[in-house]
Amino acid sequence: MLPINKHHGIVIPLDRANVDTDAIIPKQFLKSIKKSGFGPNLFDEWRYLDHGEPGINPKNRELNPDFILNKHNYRDGTILLSRENFGCGSSREHAPWALLDYGIRIILAPSFADIFYGNCFKNGILPIQISDELTDLFFKKALSKIGLNLTIDLEKQLIITDDDKYNFKVDEFKKHCLMNGLDDIGLTLVYGEDIKDFENNYYNQYPWLTK
Amino acid sequence: MALTLYEKIFNRHVVREDNGTYLIYIDRHLVHEVTSPQAFEGLRIADREIWRTNSILAVPDHNVPTTGREKGILDPISKIQIDTLDDNCKKNKLMQFQMDDIRQGIVHVIGPEQGSTLPGMTIVCGDSHTSTHGAFGALAVGIGTSEVEHVLATQCLILKKFKTMLINISGTLGDHVSAKDIALHIIGQIGTAGGTGHAIEFSGSAIKNLSMEGRMTLCNMAIEAGSRAGLVGVDYKTIDYLKSKPFSPLGENWEKAVTDWKNLVSDKDAKFDKKIEIDASSIEPQVTWGTSPEMVCSINDKIPDPLQEKNLSNQKGYQGALEYMGLKKGTSIKDIKLDKIFIGSCTNSRIEDLRKAAGIVKRKKVAKNIKLALVVPGSGLVKNQAEEEGLDKIFINAGFEWRDPGCSMCLAMNADRLEPHERCASTSNRNFEGRQGQGGRTHLVSPEMAAAAAIHGKFVDVREAS
Ligand code: SF4
Repeated sequence: MLPINKHHGIVIPLDRANVDTDAIIPKQFLKSIKKSGFGPNLFDEWRYLDHGEPGINPKNRELNPDFILNKHNYRDGTILLSRENFGCGSSREHAPWALLDYGIRIILAPSFADIFYGNCFKNGILPIQISDELTDLFFKKALSKIGLNLTIDLEKQLIITDDDKYNFKVDEFKKHCLMNGLDDIGLTLVYGEDIKDFENNYYNQYPWLTK
Repeated sequence: MALTLYEKIFNRHVVREDNGTYLIYIDRHLVHEVTSPQAFEGLRIADREIWRTNSILAVPDHNVPTTGREKGILDPISKIQIDTLDDNCKKNKLMQFQMDDIRQGIVHVIGPEQGSTLPGMTIVCGDSHTSTHGAFGALAVGIGTSEVEHVLATQCLILKKFKTMLINISGTLGDHVSAKDIALHIIGQIGTAGGTGHAIEFSGSAIKNLSMEGRMTLCNMAIEAGSRAGLVGVDYKTIDYLKSKPFSPLGENWEKAVTDWKNLVSDKDAKFDKKIEIDASSIEPQVTWGTSPEMVCSINDKIPDPLQEKNLSNQKGYQGALEYMGLKKGTSIKDIKLDKIFIGSCTNSRIEDLRKAAGIVKRKKVAKNIKLALVVPGSGLVKNQAEEEGLDKIFINAGFEWRDPGCSMCLAMNADRLEPHERCASTSNRNFEGRQGQGGRTHLVSPEMAAAAAIHGKFVDVREAS
């Protein structure tokens, strides 16, 4: 997993609430059995004017010029800004894979759907919950002519603009894993003996559950 | 100390705790073809073994065709996913109900049907509607593919404690008002983020009176209220339902299990972080009008005026939804004409759902303006049962198509889908943009409401129409 420590990037303001995982990556792309290659189809139905299917070369498709990702200023953006309940809907992990494959490393929103929030950390994306006021302020700046560049300092838990700094919260353990690019499974298997001990007791106590 | 049902189940499964982060042991792992291939691939790459193959039950459901199965799967990409699942199950010696197995069906229908969902269990599946299994007093949560891989390799899930919410539904439901209407009503009240971070327990007389299937419908939709887990305490109905299911314990073990399961209710004085009271008698048949399950109203209502919304971002959301849905404020729900009808999905495809819908369409015909009316049973066994009862004939005579089990038009990953601008009364759980096909317009309703809509070609109040 790609670690994040300090990240500097352009903010893409996606001014919508309840952006669901179907919108992030439409279901026709879920049929892939790989983890990569979803980037060109991120927000497919909003991003293109024609209907996308797996296997169609994105170069031959018609971009929706009104969609924020397609606007010149935001094309190199790596920080996504959105409204409340970002990532709601199905638990598909293809959503963070698509965001990551596109190049998004940070998502800022006033709230996130639970499963999506957890899935981000497992895939090298940092979701940051920010206040409504800060959301409004960032939207205003990001939508202005000059746009908004941010530095995210994960270690110090700071969002840094040209003239201000804002703290954010993040779970210590998730932070540790994200900063070091650590994979959960390896971490858990360190406790393999504990799991075995647990099983011995457990199946004694609940004998109708078979190991 | 008085404990909630959620806490009781959680506590039994703690392998270790580290500063509020728990390693939780998982009893049952349900697997389907869409969210598992990358997990198996991850294991292979890291050269890791599956911790407990016995915990796994696999089934293809999202991609399977619902007609002409004898011809195999025509869509090459769907075929790859299903073949990959077959392959992974074979290589790892996992229990799988393949497409031609009578036990095949939607993962959340077959788990309980087989008794592989038992009270007190922790159950996971790479699918958000895993909350369904909470109807049995189990802690069931949907997980992402990385977590699927984690559970495969370690039999554990890393979890924080959820907050707890009690939704008490007192009183009696009116005739033709169902668990689906309760679910939609609740989501209308608390919103799609109302349960975020919480495990929701449903209690009260209206829940006691629900069948196990009704409870599954309700817990299934807990995720649409933002909650990863829905729960109902164990009672005699839970135990009756599980008796002599294929995976249920037998003999002495059954007795021991039942003794234990009877304690799987929240203690009288248990504290919840949030409590909500709802009067069942006030719930009317519900219809969603927008692109989120919280955009819902009663059959006798009119479509709301977005400008009446105080919250600005809601206002925009409502406007966008009406535009997408091709609807205007002030229109009566009863004036909405439909193109397609879908009775199916893990929310409403069990035998009781089909019986209720059949009760409405019996000796009637699907309206002329309906281009397609589909019934997709939740499993091969549900289909069989329905055919034994002659329900298939009732549907077919009325003009419905009677299909093979799978997710079908709930998410339109197979050939069953809406065309742009087609309007559908659907018993599924999500009305998101494009969910049932690009540009398709979904109205979520109960099976009886969908059946009545099929007959009339538009929404009607099933209480008057039947
Ligand atoms: S029926 Fe629909 S909601 Fe249920 S598991 Fe299948 S796709 Fe998901």
